[in-house]
This record gives sequence, structure tokens and C-alpha cells, in this order.
Amino acid sequence: MANPKQQRAGLLQGTLDMLILRTLLYGPSHGHQIGKHIQRTTNEFLQMQHGSLYPALHRLEKRGWVVSKWEMAPNRNREFKYYRLTDKGRKQLVVEESQWKQMAEAVARIMWPAAEES
Amino acid sequence: MTWWQIRKRDADVERELQSDLELEEEEQREHGVPPEEARHAALRSFGNPTLISEQTRAVWSWNGLENLLRDLRISVRTLFRSPGFSILAVLVMALCIGATTSLFTVVRSVLLRPLPFRDPDRLVMIYEHFRDPSMNAQQFNYNAVAPADYYDWRAQTHGFEDMAAWRYWQFSLTGEHAELPELVSARGGSWNLFPLLGVNAVIGRTFTESEDRLDGDAVMLTWSLFERRFGGDPSIVGRQIHLDGKPYTVVGVLPKWFTYPDAKVQVWVPYKSGLPPEILQHHDFHFTRVIARLMPDVSLRSALDQVGAVQYRLHMQNLNAPVAEDVAPKTLTEDLAHDVKKPLVLLLGAVGCLLLIGCLNVANLLVARSAARQREIEIRSALGARRTTLIREQLMETLLVSIAGGVTGVLLSLAATNWLVSTWMDLPNVQSIRADGAVLVFACVLVFASALLAGLLPAISSTSKGAIAALQASSRNAAGSHARTALRKTLLTVEIAATVVLLVAAGLLLKSFWRLRSTDVGCATDNVLTLSYSLAAKRYQSPEKVNAFNEALLERVRALPGIRAASLGSTVPGAGAGEDDAFTIPEHPPIAPGTALPDALYRTADPEYFSALQIRLLKGRFFTSGDRAGRPKTVIISRQLAQEYFPGEDPLGKHLHVVPYGNADHEIVGVVADTLYQVGQPAKAAMYSPVLNGDNNPGGLTLAVVTASDPLAFSVPIQKQIAELDPELPVSDVFTLQQIIERSLGNASLSASLMLGFAVLSLILASVGLYGVLSYLTTQRTGEIGVRMALGSPREEVLRLMLGDGLRPALYGLTLGLVGSIGAVRLVQSMLYETRPLDPAIFASVAATLVVVAVFACLVPAWRASRIDPMQALRTE
Repeated sequence: MANPKQQRAGLLQGTLDMLILRTLLYGPSHGHQIGKHIQRTTNEFLQMQHGSLYPALHRLEKRGWVVSKWEMAPNRNREFKYYRLTDKGRKQLVVEESQWKQMAEAVARIMWPAAEES
Repeated sequence: MTWWQIRKRDADVERELQSDLELEEEEQREHGVPPEEARHAALRSFGNPTLISEQTRAVWSWNGLENLLRDLRISVRTLFRSPGFSILAVLVMALCIGATTSLFTVVRSVLLRPLPFRDPDRLVMIYEHFRDPSMNAQQFNYNAVAPADYYDWRAQTHGFEDMAAWRYWQFSLTGEHAELPELVSARGGSWNLFPLLGVNAVIGRTFTESEDRLDGDAVMLTWSLFERRFGGDPSIVGRQIHLDGKPYTVVGVLPKWFTYPDAKVQVWVPYKSGLPPEILQHHDFHFTRVIARLMPDVSLRSALDQVGAVQYRLHMQNLNAPVAEDVAPKTLTEDLAHDVKKPLVLLLGAVGCLLLIGCLNVANLLVARSAARQREIEIRSALGARRTTLIREQLMETLLVSIAGGVTGVLLSLAATNWLVSTWMDLPNVQSIRADGAVLVFACVLVFASALLAGLLPAISSTSKGAIAALQASSRNAAGSHARTALRKTLLTVEIAATVVLLVAAGLLLKSFWRLRSTDVGCATDNVLTLSYSLAAKRYQSPEKVNAFNEALLERVRALPGIRAASLGSTVPGAGAGEDDAFTIPEHPPIAPGTALPDALYRTADPEYFSALQIRLLKGRFFTSGDRAGRPKTVIISRQLAQEYFPGEDPLGKHLHVVPYGNADHEIVGVVADTLYQVGQPAKAAMYSPVLNGDNNPGGLTLAVVTASDPLAFSVPIQKQIAELDPELPVSDVFTLQQIIERSLGNASLSASLMLGFAVLSLILASVGLYGVLSYLTTQRTGEIGVRMALGSPREEVLRLMLGDGLRPALYGLTLGLVGSIGAVRLVQSMLYETRPLDPAIFASVAATLVVVAVFACLVPAWRASRIDPMQALRTE
């Protein structure tokens, strides 16, 4: 059975928000699309757990980084809840991106020092 | 955010998840999954929608309140599902919280709340203080102040803004026109007393400096007398009332809340009013209480040092008189609560123990119930309920139980407080004893503390197992419940230990009370009626008039049918210390300067006093009607006085020089057996003067009558005789001698029976707990016992096994409790009379009682276990 703590361990803490924001840069999409997109883009490497995805979406909405609206899906003839990036969300994405870069570089320097020197 | 918006958001989350889930299902179908499996496949990849929606909603902050409401709903439902448990738990909590709240109400009003005066923190009582430890043992370390000392302190020290004085007095109150006479309790207060306390008259004014003189005739009424006797008519101010036949002018009425120093006081007169002129010069007449108000920027220590220095000088100037070397302070609250402080603190400790036992018992019941709910909790945690949620829910249950118990308890405590206040004699500050905000806050804190105490342990233990482990554990696996069983046993051990401590304390107090009750005060106590009167100085100015009244009264009373004997004296045995005086013996070498003079109780007695009360004559003779005013002064001494001050010599024919009674020597004509002035106090040396010496003792006289039948039936005929002799003479304190003695035991009996009540209650709780634990164990181990019996274990063996299981925590608790009691009895020690704090009989009987109760509590479940049918047990497995 699902245990929320184990789900989050799959993703590095805090990266989910960034991934969602980045996905929304392509345009508004609903929860299912976002999850599928992240999963497909990473070749199923990142298993999207819905138990983290929806709380994350709502958290972003609460912080004002995204807004949501029920809209008709073009190919399904049904309404879905679409999330859209706000200006505040765009700025946040830039911040998180640069933080992630610094983090990744720092980790890389420790993990592969030889590669850095060459 | 409104409730409506929360609803809308919830619906939104549901819809979002639903639509995405449906999409997933559609996609699964599009990938070729058969329609009937598509839904399951979608759910598998999606996860638990309920859990996801809860976690999503948790993002929004109002979730906390929602959770609380949900917990509340679930808890109420759970509690209603097992009403037996709920009612029992609420009752236990109500009793414990109620008792604790009541005691706290009394303690707060009596010990903690300052008196309602202006800046009460800077008020202090000052007493004379003897440094000699042997004097302290006789409670002379806080000795009342002599008037001359007070005036010297006030004039010669500068650390206090002012010092005021008051003294005890009583009057017979009569109206202007032959209204019923009444004996009223009075106080003489110095003119600056009321300004010093910050008290104003509600009608009229307080005393002026010029009224505080020997023939001062101003009087203030307390509110109760003003209402009761004068119908609350304000025009009484400025009019006259008669006290002891003398007219006094009412200058003011005190406020209703002013009941200092106790509520029985009816009138206040100026301090000096009515005192003999020479008494103000005395440094050794101790009858005054001094209240001082500290200056704002002076420390109490330095202010007291000044007073102490003055007092030491006075001591050096009066080396042969009982003038103390030092002074000692007391707060006003402490001063009033002196006698009740120890029993109050003790009882508060006892109800604290009771509360602890009650909480542990509820915790035990909860652990037992959580065993029954184990499956529910396992399934819920498997479905994703977080541990904190489960603990919170269980805590909510105990909180509900505590709140219900607390509300019931506070209602109970209102009634209990009233009862306690009306039963407990000499409780100071009685009017202010009521539940106020602080008491309610205290009760709330109790409720939450009890809920935590009772709920946290079982909640943590019942949810401690991992979900998978819990599901895997079969009911046959006894080890799975081992931790919980251990917890129950620990709770039980603590509960029993606390019970033992309470039982020991109650046992000691009871034994001490029985000792007190069976004390021989040294005189006849059966069928003795006593009543007191005080002859008005104005109407009985001469010894002849006083004697004429007293002798006429004795003669009339003795002539009544059914009266065996009648006697007259200042005080009867058992009725308190009364007057005590310093004396010297002219035949002995003078006392070295610097040592205090010998001191003995001073009583008066008529010629038949000793024979009527059956106090044995050891030597010499009783008084005769010849020992009266105008004849050579005689005195009878008690055995103890003879032993202490005439060791190895014959006291008869020697003389006593009683310091306050002029220069005359009193010839010792007899020695009588000792009597106790108060039950529970050691006998003191006493001297008796003839009542016929005609002194009009303002303390009054006590008529003691030995009757052939029920003594109280004689009170009306005797009062009629008094009214015929003097219709204006009020009679007071009509009691049998036994009633007087029992009144002095009243509080000992009250604290002993309250303690016993608490102890019995906790014993019942503990035995219920014991019974519960063993019943639970029996159910848990049914399968195991079935196997044992199937393998040939005899029933006696099973019985022994289960009994041992139940009795072990009882015995641990007993040992722990007995050890704990050795420490706890120190608290009780000073309240005991002729009872050793480590009384082996008490300890043994407490241990025996506990073991017997424990065996009975364990016997039923153990017997039930031994009756288990092995086939049945194994089949139900």
C-alpha cells in the first residue's frame, strides 16, 4: 500500500514544484497531463505519484504561482481543471532553476572531481 | 474563508481527481486493456483517491479545524458506542476533578488569596517571640502582644507607616427597651486600625483618635448585626445601644465584606475602651494583636529589626516578667489560617493522589478497550491513517471524557465546597470561599492535564505497531500484546502504590482520631451540661453582688428535680486554655533575673466544683463557702504544678503569688488531680481560686450541671432560673461537656474521615483496575490456556498462574506504596496524637487489606480462566 513518505523519496525534496512549473511553461494543462508529461519526458524514470502531484498543485495555487480554471479539453469533449502559470510563477521558476543549477554543480564537483580538472 | 467556500473547495478537489481518474481509465482502455480491468488498472496507477484528496485538502490551512471537527464527530460516535465505559470514565473523572477543585477552592481562598485590604502585601502581623526553643514548643513563639509593648513599638520605630492593634472582647448587648439580651462577640480596635487597613464605614465613620480612650463610648456595628438586629436601618448611626448595661453611641457600620478577623464579630469598640487604666502600662499582659503597614521603600527585615531592638530593651527592663526577647512576623492570611493550613495541604495532596489514580484508571480502561479496537486501528493505519491522526483521535476521546467529567465535577464541587465550608469549623475567611475565575481556570487545566495523562499513554501504545506487523500478528500470538500488557501492569502498579500511600495516611489519622476520642480529660463527662454567662460590670460592681447572684443561681439549680450536682467555675476541662498567669512562690528563693517566671493555667472554682466533676482530691481540702471575698486568699493546685514546682516537699500551707492579682499571697490548701484543658494537648500545671472571691471575671463563668438523664433537656429550666434572677443576662455556649470535647475534635474527625473516604475510593478504583487487567489477560490468553489444559495442565495450575499474574503488580505496588508511605507520613506526622507515624499495626493492616482486596479482584477472572473448556477455547481460535 502507498505510503506518502516513500513516494516523495522518489523525487528530490523540492524539485517537484520546479518540474511542475517548468511543464506549465508549455501552456496550460491539467493534473493528469502534467504527471504524464514528467513521466514520459524522463522515459518513465521519474514515477509520478498522484499522492504528491495534487497536493503540490494546490500548494502552488495557494502561493499564487499558478491559477486554475475548469476548461473544455479539445479532444475529450469534457471539462478538466487546467493549471496556468502566473507571472509570479514564472519568476519563481527562474529562482528555482538557478538554485537547482548551483546545487547540481556543487554535487557534481564533489562526485566527479577529476572530470572537473580535465 | 466561509464554511460554504470550504465545501466548494472540497467538491472541486473531488471533481478534479474524479475527472483525471476517468481520463486515466479511458487511456488504459485505449491502450487495449479490457474494460472490466481498466478501472482497477487506473486505480493502481493512480493510488488511493480518498487519501490523495485528503492530502490535497491538507494543503489548505483550514484543514486543522476540519480535522478537529471530524475527530470530534468520530470520538462522540465511539463514546456512544460503548456507553458503559463512557459513563464509568466520566464518573471517575467527575469525582476526582470535583474533589480536587473543591479542595483547591478552599485552599485558594484560605491560604492563597490575600485579604481584601489596601496593598495587602505590605501588611504584616507582629508577635512577641521567645527565643527559647522550649517556649516555642508551647506555641509561645508567636505570643500575643502586651499593650505597653505595642505603644512603645509604635512610638520608637520608623520602618512602618503605622501600627494598629486589636483585642478580643465580648459584650452582652441589650436595647434601650428591655429587648432580648444577647451575648455578642466583639473586638477592640485602635482608632488607626481601619485607616491602616484601608477600610471605610459604609454608613457613618470609623473611630477618631479622641474616641480611643479608656471611657470611650463609640461603637461600630458589623454588617451582619446591623442587618439582623437593627433591620438595616441607617438611622441607627448616632443612636445608642447598651453593651454590658453601658450606653455606647453607634458611629458607623462596617461594609458587608469586612469579616476580619472572623465572621462572628458583631461590634467593634475603640481599643482602650473599657480596659482597666493600669493595664496599658503592662509589658506582660499578652492579649493584643498588632498589624503593621510597611513603608514603601523599607525592607521587612530592617523594619522588624528596629521593632526587635525595642523589644529586646523591654525584655532587659522586665527580666522577671514574661516579656519576650524578640518579635516575629506573620502574614495576615497565614495568621488566620494557622490551624487549618496543615490539614488543607494534606487533603489537597490526597485529592491529588486520587486524581492521579482516577486518570490511571481511565487510562487502564482505555488500554483494555483499545485491545478490542485493535483490528479497527490496524485497518485504519493500513488504509493510510497517520499515527498522529490516530493518537489525536484517542486524545480527543479522553478529552471529551475529561470535559464531561470536568463539567460534572465542577458542579459537584460547588455542592462539595458548600458542605466542606459548613462542616469545617474555624475555617477563616469563609465568606470569600467561592469558585471564581482562578478556580475555573484551575479546573480547565485539570481537565486538559487529566485528558493528556489518561489518553496519551494508551494512544501511543495502541498505535505503536507498524501496520504490516499488526496485520500479520494473529490473535494466537500472545507476544503481540505483550507491550500493552506490560503497560497495563505498570499503570496498575503506580495506581496501587498511590492507593497504599492514601490508605496509610488515612489509617494513621483515624487511629490518631480514635486516640483523641478515647482520651480521658480527667473528669466526669457523661450527663454534664454546661452554659456560660458574663455578669455586666455595671450592675454587679461589688464582690458581694457577684457572689449573691452566683450563690442564688447555684441554690436554685441544685433544687431542680433531676439535677445531681451543680458547680461553677471559669472553664471546664476540655474547653480550652483560657487564662494563664505567671506566679512566684514566696517560700522559695527568688527566681534569677533573666529567667521567665513559672506560668500556670488560672481557673476559678466553687466549693462543689471538684466533687461535681469528679476531679479527685489528692491532698488537703476542697474550697468551702468560707473561701470568699474578704477572707484570706486560698488556692488549690493541680498535681502537675505540685510536682513541677514543689518536688519533694509538701505544697500545703505554702503560698503562691499570682502576678496579675495584686500583692496578696494565696495559701495552698489542696492538691487535685490533673485535667486536660484541651484534648490532644499535654496537661498543663493549673491553679484554682475560689469563685466566691467575687472577682467579676470578664471572661465569664461556666455553670456545669451533672444530671440524672439527658442533660440537654435541662437547659431550658436552668435558663429560666437565670432569667428570673436577671432578665437582662444572656446565656451562651449551652453544650454538654461531651459536645464541647467533640467540637474540639471536629476537624480531626473531618480530616480523618475525608482521608478515609478518599482512600476507600482509590481502593475501589484500584481493585476495579486490577479486575479489568486480569479479565483482559484472561481473554487474551484463552487460546494459550486451552492449549495448556489440552496438554494436561490441571485447573489449579491455571488458577495459580492467573492469580500470580494479577497479584504480581499488586504486590509490586504494595511494596512501592509502603516505601513511599515512609516518606509521605512526614506530612501527617505533626497532625498525629499519640500515634507513631510508622505505626506497624497501621502498615500491616493496610498491607493486609490491600492483599485481601487484590485477591478478591483477581479471583473472579482467574477462576473464569480455570473453567475454560479446552475444546471450546481451541475451536474459537
